[in-house]
Amino acid sequence: MSGREWLLIAGMTAITFLVRYAFFALGERIAFPPMVQRALRYVPAAVLTAIVVPMVLLPDGSHWQITWRNPWLVGALVTGLIAWRFQHLLAAIGGGMTVYFLCRWMLG
Amino acid sequence: MTQASHPQRRGEFWAGARDSLPMLLGAAPFGLIFGTLATPSGLSPAGALAMSMFVYAGSAQFIALTLLASGTGLAVILLTTFVVNLRHALYSATLLPHVAGLRQRWRIPLAFWLTDETFAVVQHRYLEHDTSPFKHWYYLGSCLSMYSNWILWTLTGVLLGRSVPRLEHLGLEFAMAATFTGIVVPMFRSRPMLGAALGAAAVALAAHALPYKLGLMLAALTGVVIGVLLEDRP
Repeated sequence: MSGREWLLIAGMTAITFLVRYAFFALGERIAFPPMVQRALRYVPAAVLTAIVVPMVLLPDGSHWQITWRNPWLVGALVTGLIAWRFQHLLAAIGGGMTVYFLCRWMLG
Repeated sequence: MTQASHPQRRGEFWAGARDSLPMLLGAAPFGLIFGTLATPSGLSPAGALAMSMFVYAGSAQFIALTLLASGTGLAVILLTTFVVNLRHALYSATLLPHVAGLRQRWRIPLAFWLTDETFAVVQHRYLEHDTSPFKHWYYLGSCLSMYSNWILWTLTGVLLGRSVPRLEHLGLEFAMAATFTGIVVPMFRSRPMLGAALGAAAVALAAHALPYKLGLMLAALTGVVIGVLLEDRP
């Protein structure tokens, strides 16, 4: 490994860790104002949806595929329906993946 | 009784590892591709492995490879790393109330291992209503399974080089989408949560072409603002 490579990895390690650790470092010494606490409750719903929806509707990263021939879309819909109806995460993932792979297999 | 042998701690640890299983599948093709692309992009095999061990951030690692291959300078790569990883600050702020009471020797590794996947399963666990005092062991279980998986697949990619089994064509990445969907959909029962998600989805789609995960940050912030605004209405 070259010196430049070490520098790159050390720098990326430090930056990534500091971004992840900044809030954890403060521990109990920081209490977010009530407004921020309320806002943070929406982070999981917002972030997870923002990650999943483009993956599912634009599986190749650039072309819209809003069609039943898109296994990503069909699989995610089935996952969502099972999760909504039964609130059972493993069943939702298992059911969604089964349908996803069935779709891929049927579409060749 | 020693710490690690406490049955409840062990139970949480393995539950965290087990619940991350679909994400292990989903991450495998990415680890493998990262390993195979490293050398052609100008990173040594040792460098690729070191990056997975120390940086441990999939998106940033891929973007770094692309930038390296195009001859981009160090400063720009580091700045990009910062921007791409900004979303982790949002995750750690969200998880902070649950880990604030832990010692530094817990908070440091749990921060180092915080990824999209671990955030998704761990916040899901923290929101469950039981009062288990060992949920950080669940967090640790998710971390260690994801971390060893990432290193293992990077190593496999580095060793196999171009002659990889066509793992990336199996569609395993869907496992991650399914897990995130299964976790997020039951949250939609309140109007502000649904609004936050719809707003985030709209912005994520509109901004999907933005580089460096900026679309994701923008979408998250929009969703949060919409959620709070809807909450205020009678």
